[in-house]
Amino acid sequence: MTTRRQFLLATGGVGFSVGTASIQAQLAPNEAALRRAAYQEALRKVVGDAQVRRGRVKLVLPPLIDNGNSVPLSVTVESPMTPTDHVKAIHVFTEKNPLPDVVSVYLGPRAGRASLSTRVRLADTQTVVAIAQLSDGSFWSDSAEVVVTLSACLEEGLI
Amino acid sequence: MARAVVTLPAQAKRGEIIEIKTLAGHAMETGFRRTQLGELIPRDIIRSFVCTYNGEEIFRAELHPAIAANPLLTFTAVATESGAITFRWSGDNDYAVTETASIRVE
Repeated sequence: MTTRRQFLLATGGVGFSVGTASIQAQLAPNEAALRRAAYQEALRKVVGDAQVRRGRVKLVLPPLIDNGNSVPLSVTVESPMTPTDHVKAIHVFTEKNPLPDVVSVYLGPRAGRASLSTRVRLADTQTVVAIAQLSDGSFWSDSAEVVVTLSACLEEGLI
Repeated sequence: MARAVVTLPAQAKRGEIIEIKTLAGHAMETGFRRTQLGELIPRDIIRSFVCTYNGEEIFRAELHPAIAANPLLTFTAVATESGAITFRWSGDNDYAVTETASIRVE
């Protein structure tokens, strides 16, 4: 027979330990704020004061990833890719990696299609953003939420 | 040590859009990892990739530490004329690899 006191002690203890574990799993608040600022700065460097609209870009990432060290990523942009109307550049950013930039590609009408696939590293569960710059100067974007169970950059080097 | 693999069709029809897959053998050391003794492992990555079609640049990429080891890049190009497609990777510690593929366009 469990007394009320024993029950409260047991549940209280569990609640406390879960709480501290989840806090430790996240970044320190300072670090998170710094990375967010770096991300905003990286975006501003590419976009400037222009408006970024959603649409035309399709960013594909698996929603759940076991290992953040190699995550397949693909970006396609709807565009006729003619000399007068084409995609000039595609940039990919992450919110919580130690560095916000992932890859920037520059292409033109000779690419035929605006598409790119690669493999990236993700340090945390986060949002990944792809921004396309078109030849008329407009910016379009898409984002994807990714849950990462084993982060990149954590394992020790074999030296 | 420096190796790269490029996959693209050997021949294509004029105006056809071909898919080009490139893979470079490189550890892409991020510069954020530490050894077991706590020392930071210096960054060693491929910084840029350029693809030229008969001397004219058609695709360029800037890579960052967030690109996984052995960087894979898949993109497309319009087959305009027969000739050589050249791929050049360059990066930290004077890393430079050039690979050339030829294509026949009918």
